[in-house]
Amino acid sequence: MSATAPAARRPRPAAGLLEKPLVVVTGKGGVGKSTVAAALGLAAARRGKRTIIAEVARRDDVSRVLGGTGVHEDELAPGLHHISIDPEDALEQYLVDQLPSRALADVLLSSRGFGYLAAATPGLRELLTVGKVWELAQEDRRTPGARPYDLVILDAPATGHGVAILAAPRTFADAALMGRIARQGRIIDAMLSDPAQTGVVAVARAEEMPVNETLALQDALPVTVGLQIDVVVANGLLPDRFSAAEVDALRAAPPSPPVRAALIAHARARAQRAQLARLRRAARAPVLTLPFVSAALLDAARIEPLVRALERAL
Amino acid sequence: MRRRLAGKRVVVCAGSGGVGKTTTSAALAMGLAAAGARVAVVTIDPARRLANSLGLEGLDNEPRLVDPARFEGHGIAMRGELWAMMLDPKRTFDELVERLAPDAGSRDDVLANRIYQQLSGAVAGSQEFTAVAKLYELDRSGRFDVLVLDTPPSRNALDFLDAPDRLTGFLEGRALKVFLAPTGLAARVVGAGTGVVFSVLRRLTGMDLLDDLGVFFRALGGLVDGFRERAEGVKALLGDPATTFLIVSSPEREPVEEAIFFRGKLADHGMPFGGLVVNRVRALNGGGGPPGADAESLAGALGPKLAAKVTRAYAEERALAERDAAAIERLRAATGDAHPVVVPQLAGDVHDIDGLVAVHGHLFAA
Repeated sequence: MSATAPAARRPRPAAGLLEKPLVVVTGKGGVGKSTVAAALGLAAARRGKRTIIAEVARRDDVSRVLGGTGVHEDELAPGLHHISIDPEDALEQYLVDQLPSRALADVLLSSRGFGYLAAATPGLRELLTVGKVWELAQEDRRTPGARPYDLVILDAPATGHGVAILAAPRTFADAALMGRIARQGRIIDAMLSDPAQTGVVAVARAEEMPVNETLALQDALPVTVGLQIDVVVANGLLPDRFSAAEVDALRAAPPSPPVRAALIAHARARAQRAQLARLRRAARAPVLTLPFVSAALLDAARIEPLVRALERAL
Repeated sequence: MRRRLAGKRVVVCAGSGGVGKTTTSAALAMGLAAAGARVAVVTIDPARRLANSLGLEGLDNEPRLVDPARFEGHGIAMRGELWAMMLDPKRTFDELVERLAPDAGSRDDVLANRIYQQLSGAVAGSQEFTAVAKLYELDRSGRFDVLVLDTPPSRNALDFLDAPDRLTGFLEGRALKVFLAPTGLAARVVGAGTGVVFSVLRRLTGMDLLDDLGVFFRALGGLVDGFRERAEGVKALLGDPATTFLIVSSPEREPVEEAIFFRGKLADHGMPFGGLVVNRVRALNGGGGPPGADAESLAGALGPKLAAKVTRAYAEERALAERDAAAIERLRAATGDAHPVVVPQLAGDVHDIDGLVAVHGHLFAA
């Protein structure tokens, strides 16, 4: 942990994040959450941590980057696993685990009435999803024959829903004052609301709306879940390569496609730097930057620069 | 775009988050209003500065007239009226309950119920439903010639299309009846003697949760017919020939895949596809030949060091432009829109009136 680590040559602003058993990666849609989750997973696995990335509701963005097929705990890279959590599967597993017999679980699962009830209960999908995430993070796995993980990375839905998922156990625990679900809700919430056990990575882009949403999340998290953002990742940072004098020279040069392209790239990079500065001023957590990687061709090799940038910071 | 929207009363802008949907919706509405229509744009989560520039600070869940003076000096002559509102899902849901509740007692029961508060608040799906419910209400009011809806930034476009169906199914009464009478549940599960199942459920969930759910369903029970009627009206409105869906995307991979997926869903649901808007496209205007030819003159004009940097920036821009062109090609082929509206990546900020005017210029270009 950071307190006992020898002084590193470079400061590692997010040291200790990967020591937590659960890391939630969240952020506005389109900011590259899944890419960051995948890069974080690779960085952790290379440190020798048995890691799993959990995606929610059949999105499979991580497995599109790194391979992998879906709802099983597939190993994508040495030490790095992936699962796509399906609330219906999670419900089945939950009932099989909780009820005295498989037959009884089957009775419930095949019952139309129960199906309606489960689908109609607000927040149940969120609860089941996060319950499965909790299960993955347990030393003593409830899934028969399953091995424990050192680190679970939750690739959470876009920010608003991400918070809803984290808050679901508490809501249920509060609503169901007794009974098993309330008890379990409290146990899950105890982990999710403990900053020593659950880390939060907020992914943003250096653009107006993603920065706004990150700052809104920073205010909402302590209230709804009792957590803080551990690290903000500003993803997709473009190179800012021209000095002011060079820009003047470009503006004075005879216009040509390369010069125009350079000026456009410059304007875009400067706009990003302004948003990044705003993010840094307002964020209460360290802000890491990751370089832009062309997402059209994203695969394990292409995210390598991101993995290395994270390894330096964590 | 004007041709595509001719005669349309409802324009729904769909697509994944972060592709400029809100700006597109606002610019579309502005263009239609400028041409003389009374237009209301319903947005979900606009950038604060865009909201401010449209005068949307007051979030009262009702459309507000955007002061035409705001467009003066921006090259937009406002012949019609632009109205804008920011949707408050919780409030829309509450208003719906208030309107549909048969009496004050059941209204208060629903509003005070913890399960309802969950449902109407943060739970996935409620934004989608309230957005279309509001759309329906505004359409019925007859106050506007055109409604433009900026859909919620849902990961799953399906949530939005299915919202009316899901709500109807949910309230159809089956779940309610099952729940209202424990014996009813038992009877449906496996016939006689399944008090066991109910007692198992009770053990799992705890009495209070079951009681809360019971109160919730019982209270909603009185609203079922109103909700069903509303959801059916919404569904009919979405499938109406005067409604059109625009799919908004960027050339990034995820939004492209989402756009294609959504196009398929529109077809499955028999809903009208009005076309594709691709935002933030990087293109090399004025020729994009290989850098080699220019290298020498560049070095002459800028010196070797700066020329090398320019060459590198140019190569990157070219790569991005090629990538974006390929994405548009894929969108074209997969959605069947041979001529998508392409909006280039704008250098400046688009969260103000000038930004809207710039986007508008591209959307309504001939």
